[in-house]
Parts: sequence; structure tokens; C-alpha cells
Amino acid sequence: MAKTVTKKNVKVLENGNGVAKTNRLSVLKTYKIYIGGKFPRTESGRYYELKDSSGNLLANMCLSSRKDYRNAVVAARGAFGPWADRAAFNRGQILYRIGEMLEGRRAQFVDELMQVGSSKLSAEQEVDLSVDRLIYYAGWCDKYTQIFSSVNPVASAHFNFSVPEPTGVVAAIASESTGVLGLVSVIAPVIAGGNSIIALASETKALCAVSFAEVINSSDVPGGVVNIITGKEDELYKHMSTHMDVNSFIYAGSNAEHFKTIQVNAADTVKRVLDYSKVEWTSEKGQSPYYISDHQETKTTWHPIENIGGSSSKY
Amino acid sequence: MAKKKQVEVDLNSDWGYSPAPESKGHIKIKPQYDQFIGGKFVKPSNGKYFDTINPANNEKLSSIALGSAKDVDKAVRAARKAYSEVWSKLSGKERGKYIFRIARLIQERAREFSVIESLDGGKTIRESRDVDVPLAANHFFYYAGWADKLEYAFPNKKPTSLGVAGQIIPWNFPLLMAAWKIAPALAAGNTVVLKPAETTSLTALKLAELIKDSGLPDGVVNIVTGFGDTGAAIVNHPDVNKVAFTGSTGVGKIIQRAIAGTNKKCTLELGGKAANIIFEDAPINQAVEGIVNGIYFNQGHVCCAGSRLFVQESVYEEVIRKLKHRMNTLIVGDPMDKNTDIGAINSKEQLDTINKYIKIGQQEGAEFYQPACKLPKKGNWCPPTLFTNVSQSSRITQEEIFGPVLAVQTFRTVDEVIAKANNTPYGLSAGIWTDKGSKIFNMTTKMRAGVVWANTYNKFDPTSPFGGYKESGFGREGGLQGLSAYLNLN
Amino acid sequence: MSRIKSKSLLPDFKLSPTVDQVGIEERTARFQTRSIKSETKVVGLKKVLNMIDLTTLEGKDTPGKVKQMCYKAQHLHDSMPDLPTTAAVCVYPSMVSLAKAELIGSGVKVASVSTAFPSGQAPMEVKISDTKFAVDQGADEIDMVISRGRFHAGDYNFVFDEIAAIKEACGRARLKVILETGELGTLDKVRRASDIAMYAGADFIKTSTGKIAVAATMPVTLVMLEAIKDYYYKTGIMIGMKPAGGISKAKLALHYLVMVRETLGDAWLTNEWFRFGASSLANDVLMQLVKQETGNYQSADYFSID
Repeated sequence: MAKTVTKKNVKVLENGNGVAKTNRLSVLKTYKIYIGGKFPRTESGRYYELKDSSGNLLANMCLSSRKDYRNAVVAARGAFGPWADRAAFNRGQILYRIGEMLEGRRAQFVDELMQVGSSKLSAEQEVDLSVDRLIYYAGWCDKYTQIFSSVNPVASAHFNFSVPEPTGVVAAIASESTGVLGLVSVIAPVIAGGNSIIALASETKALCAVSFAEVINSSDVPGGVVNIITGKEDELYKHMSTHMDVNSFIYAGSNAEHFKTIQVNAADTVKRVLDYSKVEWTSEKGQSPYYISDHQETKTTWHPIENIGGSSSKY
Repeated sequence: MAKKKQVEVDLNSDWGYSPAPESKGHIKIKPQYDQFIGGKFVKPSNGKYFDTINPANNEKLSSIALGSAKDVDKAVRAARKAYSEVWSKLSGKERGKYIFRIARLIQERAREFSVIESLDGGKTIRESRDVDVPLAANHFFYYAGWADKLEYAFPNKKPTSLGVAGQIIPWNFPLLMAAWKIAPALAAGNTVVLKPAETTSLTALKLAELIKDSGLPDGVVNIVTGFGDTGAAIVNHPDVNKVAFTGSTGVGKIIQRAIAGTNKKCTLELGGKAANIIFEDAPINQAVEGIVNGIYFNQGHVCCAGSRLFVQESVYEEVIRKLKHRMNTLIVGDPMDKNTDIGAINSKEQLDTINKYIKIGQQEGAEFYQPACKLPKKGNWCPPTLFTNVSQSSRITQEEIFGPVLAVQTFRTVDEVIAKANNTPYGLSAGIWTDKGSKIFNMTTKMRAGVVWANTYNKFDPTSPFGGYKESGFGREGGLQGLSAYLNLN
Repeated sequence: MSRIKSKSLLPDFKLSPTVDQVGIEERTARFQTRSIKSETKVVGLKKVLNMIDLTTLEGKDTPGKVKQMCYKAQHLHDSMPDLPTTAAVCVYPSMVSLAKAELIGSGVKVASVSTAFPSGQAPMEVKISDTKFAVDQGADEIDMVISRGRFHAGDYNFVFDEIAAIKEACGRARLKVILETGELGTLDKVRRASDIAMYAGADFIKTSTGKIAVAATMPVTLVMLEAIKDYYYKTGIMIGMKPAGGISKAKLALHYLVMVRETLGDAWLTNEWFRFGASSLANDVLMQLVKQETGNYQSADYFSID
């Protein structure tokens, strides 16, 4: 992918690496999408230009197609079973690892957020909150089951219990207004609960979405559990919501018409649809174990209880 | 050595069972029933009525009001008024006491409700007496106790009621489904507009009489009657805050589409095609009983029926032989006879559907078995039916038949049966039969289904959440989990 | 020796099929929802009478007591015509010859308990001579007990061989094998003991001695009926069933018949294949029969208590 070298880019790298200023020509990053643990370019070969507030080109982002999405769903479906089977403790460690990796790249993310328009302060707050949110959900991995499970005192001689199980493959359209926090806030609870996800990143702030994919990729998250694509909601929302192998859909965008169409399409396979369009991700309400339970199914199991000891007359 | 012969049960021997009809003497069914709106029985605005018939003889039992969109609007207004003026202001404790009253009144009139349920729906008196009606009362009793304890159910949340709940229920468990819908809705502080299925409106309307007796404030529960368009009017009414539906997956999808773009909360309890899996180390005799209970209970009109049987090849012969033997002992006929095991098919239309699938099964080349049984001349009947030698790609294994028709496949390994069992768009229930505990937990975890019965089948309890994965719907009914469908969690 | 000639046909009794207790109880509850009315009830009650092994097994048994019981077995309630006799009387070996004499020509069989009934805690030779004595005295049927202690110790071969030896000692007499299910602890063990008894040569399997608190129950009987069915499937040989103790009401007896019928079929509904071991059941059945005929509920004062 050809890239225009701008002053801005040069500066970024220098800052990002914390290296003293030189006249060295910087190496630019190609922003690709993240599917099945790999970083392909979009199969369509298309791109869109991401510019900073002064109109300088920041990057040519992949303009993902429905086929990229399809490939991502295939990867997510394949990854779902093994991920759901991982011990909750193990999932917690992996989420924690994502937090660690993000923390280590804090400066890069702050820079990328500033490039797409954030102030330094808000960029720093967003990255810090994102790290903390990952740690928050890392801690939930082996606890939400206890919160949302029950042993049910049925009237017959049966042991009866209900536990949450992951819904399956989740598709998400992330919030447009944040670069990394909105993405982390939908991905973390979904994978904490054992699901796999395909997320469409914020179109105008996609830089850190791709960087976040790199963080995921270096955090022991199995390929396919998290898939991140970049592109336009306008083009993808219909295909995303009609795909028959997706079990659940998160909408954190802001277009009511899109959302209505998504709901209509979801009915074709009785997908669960979650409306996160009003959630303020920076607020207290931006995190809760209930975001995990949104993508859990309750499974109830019955088994007879043999009653020998106390029932000499019945046996 | 005695000569080898098949063990058979001859139902025509000198010791068959004499007729044992349940008495209908103390039951009164009025010639005409109106809708229950705002605490009063109200004539339909279009003046029209439709017949409800007894499927065991196709004779008319009564006339039922044909509710229109106008009536639905009236009912929703009554529910809204009751919600904002009375019910939402009442304390949880007081709400609970009303619901307890309803539970008690059902218990007091249990036999009457059982008889009417069997007359109107065709299910056996044994089932309506021993299953439907007691469970319905228990359901009210269970949720009554939740009304003043909601804040304990959802940690760190403040639960609040939604408003008016529109509820549409099917014909397979008419009173029980009404209880599953109304009880949690009221406990959570909502008011209700409920529509029973057109073939089985009577017990819902008897429930309305009982609710009136209970002194429940006018308009808290409203019951409108009619066909699909009446239901659609509930779903589409702008002042309904929540839609709860139990029925076919096809209609569920229509409802999900219809409420797109609105803020209506929705729960759907839809179809199923459950796998019932028999391993070679199962307690075979009880497993056979579980197969029978899984598919022939309530004429197979059960969304969670174990309609796909998987038998491990090493015990296939034994299981099928015992199953056929057990099928021979099933008594098909008059639902009002206390000895009847399989009653009348709920409607002529449903019987046609079942027969269509039986024909398809035969055309697909599956081996077909029905015990010889004498069927009454009048009415809608289908003997217990078994198809062996079917494959995963047969239509009778893929599509929900909703009748007493079982399709049997064999399997060899655990992995194979898990893959086949989950190979369906549905995910409501599953059955596992094995004596090995570690295998049970592996299997119950791997089944993509909302209810898994291990070494048992078709068990229900008010405390036990029920509902599906995938195209079997979303949301749960029963238990603590069943409350969240009727609450905002702030 | 055993009917099963080839040792390769003998199953490993440790692998006897398992039983789910809750499932068994649900099934027996279901039998009890069968409503037995009018003609069915009358026919059924008469069948019950004809399946009774009228029993006295007391230390205080005397010739007088046994004589009275033998008369009752043949004359259940003479004011009612067309009543059958009981199937048999069941006594200790010492009373066999007396009972035999009392019952000549009646068709009522004489069953004798043996093998150091009820505990079975005696040497094999004693058990064999006990049995041979009863048979020599004219017993048509022998009701033996298994060695429950050896069974619990896992010594299934011992239990098997003992039954086979007694079967040999029985000659023409039919052998009923009492498992004493109340001492076995689980339904799985009831099933295992049933299998051992049948493969070792039992003609009947029987639940209980009647000498401990827990006697016949419907769940236990169902497990044994299922064992009989499986044995029949495998060998083609019919085995009889005798629940004993605890069945004293006509209604319960009818539910047992329903259970036998729906589990094994009508072929088992004769006293050749099904018996009730009972002492007080007959009068309750008679009261019900008279009630069916007259429409009036009956008083025990009108029925003899031999």
C-alpha cells in the first residue's frame, strides 16, 4: 500500500519510540484487518483514507467487504468451541494479558488517538480506562458464572441447576465516537464469557483499532476469537446482520434506521440483538457483569437423585 | 426349554381395562364466552364469535368472542390505566398476596380446570389433572413470593417494571402457558393483555373468572380471544412495552421483525427438534420409558419433545424391541378416560400436518411402526408412531412435526452423536441416558440446548428456567431467570 | 444343574444392567394411575385370589392352624359362588405332609420354605437336606432364601452355586428364590441378584421372607419383572414372580397386576407365573368383591380370619 510520507508521520514515530530526533526516514505501518489471528489486507483490495483534522493523510485503511466479514465469521465459528472450553481462569489470564500489552503500548495508543482528534488528556484517559476495563473483565471471567447460576429447588427427586453458557459467534458494530474504548468495551465482556467476536471498528478512529488487534495478537488470544475489521457501517450492516452463522449482534452505532434493519434481519435466524447505542462507555455504566450475561444462554440441567438412605419404606 | 416367542401385551385379553371416564357432572361450560377487559366480560366490538370444538369428537363446546384490533386497543388501554393508576403504585408485598390468591383459587378448582382443559384441547385427563393444572397453580405460587423480593434477584441493580405486557400463548398447554406468562409479569409489577390460542381459549377465560373472584384490580389482567390477527394487534400496539410469545419459530420470527425499531422488550419460546440420546451403558428400561415420555407425552404436542432419538448401535435392537413393546401398552382414545395415555390431536389442521409428515417419512423409505390400536370413529387421532432407519437428512428428522412421531437414528461414538444432535437450527432441549457421571457432564455441556434432561425427560418446575438456544428463541421462563424478562434493570 | 448348559451363556453378574431408581418410581406411580373399574375389577380381583400363596410361617404354627388355613384356601368365602381357590399354601417343612393331606384333590399346591429360612445362615448340607425333606414330604414348591451375606461380599459364584444345588435337590418341585430385597440395599443389587437366581435355575424369583420390616414394594417388583423380561428375551424361558409381604389391600394387588401386564404381558397373569405371598390380602379382596356385587361397603366381621 502506497503511503504519503507526512511530517506528522515522522513525528509520530519519533514520539512513539521515544527516540531522539534524527533525520532518519521513518518506517510506516500498514494498517490491515485482523481475521483468524492473521493480518490480511481486505480481499477486495479497496481502501479508504483516514485523515487528521488538518486533512493530512494518516493511513489508507482497509475498506472491508462482505467477504472479509464472511471470512471472519468462519474464523470466529472455528474458534468459538475451543475458547468456550477454556478454563474460566485461563480466559481471565488471557484478558489480563491483553491489559498488560495495552498498558505497555500506552504511548502509541495515546498518539494514535491524538492523531484522530483527541486531546492529550482525553486520549490518556481513554487508554487508561481501556486498560482498566480489560482488567475489570479479566477478573470477572471466573466469577460471573457464580453470579448468574442457580440451583433450583424443584419439587421432584431431581438435582436441577442452571448455568450461563456463551451464546456463540457475536457480531458487533462498535461505537463511532471512541477509538479504542468502545471497541474494548464490547470485545472484553463478549470474550470473557467464552464467545468469539467480529467487530467493525469506528470508521473515523480506526487507527487504534488495528493497533488493538496487534495487542490481542500478542496476548495469547487464540486466533479467531477476536476479529476486527475496518470499513463503513453503511456498506456492511446489512450483510453483518443477515449472516446465518452469527448468533448475537451488538449495535453500538448511532443510526436508528440501521439498527431497525439489523433487528429485522436478525429475526431470520432469531439472533439476539443488543442495543448499546445509548451506552456512555466512559461512565460507570460502561462496564458491568450484565454485559457478559447479555451474551450468555441459560442452560438448565436435570438429573434424578437416588434416595436410598432416608427412604427405607419407599425403596 | 420353553419355546422362544416374542413378549407381547395383548390389549384384547380378558383383562383389558374397562372405561373409566372422568365425571363431567359438575362442570359448567357456558354457550358463549366474552373477552375479559378492564375487569369485565366484554362483547367483541364486531359482534362476531367463533366456535371452540372438542377435538375428541369435533363437536362444538362453546362460542368464543372474535377479538379485533379495536378490542385489543381497549384491553391495552385498560391495562395501561390499571398499570399507572393502581398496579405500579401497589407494594410488592400486596401484589404478591393477589398472586397467592390466584394460586389458591386454581388449586381449589383444579378438577374443573382439568376437565375443561381436556375437553377443549384433547389432552388426556391424566395429564391435565397430574401435570398442567397443578403446575399452573404452582407457578403462580412460586412467582407470588418473588413480588416483594425482586431486588434480591439481580445484584447491584434496581429492577423496575416495564408497563403493559402483551402475551400470546399456544394451544399445547393452554392454562399452564397462561400461568407461565401471567405470574412473572404480575410479580414484576406489570399489567397484562393475554391472548390464548384460538383452539383452546376456554381455560384462559375460566382463569379470567377466577381472577375476577380473586379481587385483582380491574385491568391488571386482560384476556382477548381470536386468531393470528388478534395476536398481531397486540404485538403491534404502540402502547405495549413487552411482547412474550410461545409458539412456532415461523411466527416468532414475524414477531421479532414486527417489533424492530420499537423499544419493546421481547422473549420468544419457539420450536424444537430435540435429540434424545441413549448410550449403551444407560439404564435401558428407564431410558425406554424416557423415550415414550419424551415423544408421546401430550400427543407429542410439546416444543421440547424428544423427537429425534439417537441410540448407540450396540443396544439398538434391544431398545427398539422394548420401545415397540411399550408402545403396544399405550392406550389411545377418549381423553376423558383416566386410563388414556394418548388423547386427541388438538385440531384437524394439526392432524393433517402430522399425517403429511408420516407420509413423507414413508416416502423417504424409513421403516414405519404403529401399534394396532382401536381408534374412536369421530375425532382427531394419531397412534404413537415410530420411524427407524432414518438419516440426518430426512425431513422427518429435520422439521418439527409437533405430533407423536419419533425418528430413530443410530450412532457409534460420543463425538458423532454430539455433532448430529447439535446439527439443527433449533436448540431447546436434549436428553442424555447413561449411567456414567463423567459422560453425563460432558454431554450436557456439549448440547447446544437450553434444557438438558439427563436420565429423565420432560420434567418441568416453576423454579427451573426453561427456554432455548438458537432458533428456539430467547429469554427464559421459570425460576429467578424468568423474572428478568419482565423487568428493567437499572 | 442349571438350565443354561453352556457356561459361555452365563453373563458376568457384575455387569447386570443398571437401574435408575427415580425412573422406576415414576413408572410405578404411573401404574397406580390406571383406573380399574367394574368388570375389569371383578375379573382382576378373582385373579388375585387365585394367585395368593396363603402363608403361615410362625414359630407358633400348629397342625390346627395349618388345617384351618388349608380349609380357607379352598373355601375363601362360600356365600359367594364361583370363587377360585388360592394358588397354594406356604408353610414350614414340618407342616408339609399335613397340608398336603388337607389339600388332596383341591388343586391347591403346597409350598414349603427351606434352606434355613429366613436367614439362610446354615451350612450347605443342612440347606440341601432341609429342601429334600420338604420335597419328600410332598411339597410342590420350594421357597429358598439366598445367602445375602455372601452376596454382599461379592461372592456371586457362591450364591449362584447354592441356588443351582438347591434346584437340583428340588427334583420336580418348582423353586422360588427369595432375594430378601429389603436387605440388598439398592435396586441395582436387586437386579443383580435376580439375574443370578434366574441363570442359576430359579423357576420363580421372590422379593421377601416377610420376616423383616421392608418387604415387597412396587419399585422392587418392577425391577425384578424387568429382569424376568430381559431373561426371557435372551433365553425364551419364562420365570415366575412372587412379591411377598406388605401387600394386604385389594387395590394395591390390582396395581401389581397392571404392572405385570404392562411389563410382561398377559401370559404372566396366571398363578403359574405370578403369585402374591400374603396372609391378610385374601379378605380385603373378598370384601371388595362382595362390595362390587352388592354395592355396599363391607365390614371385616363378615369374613373369616383363618
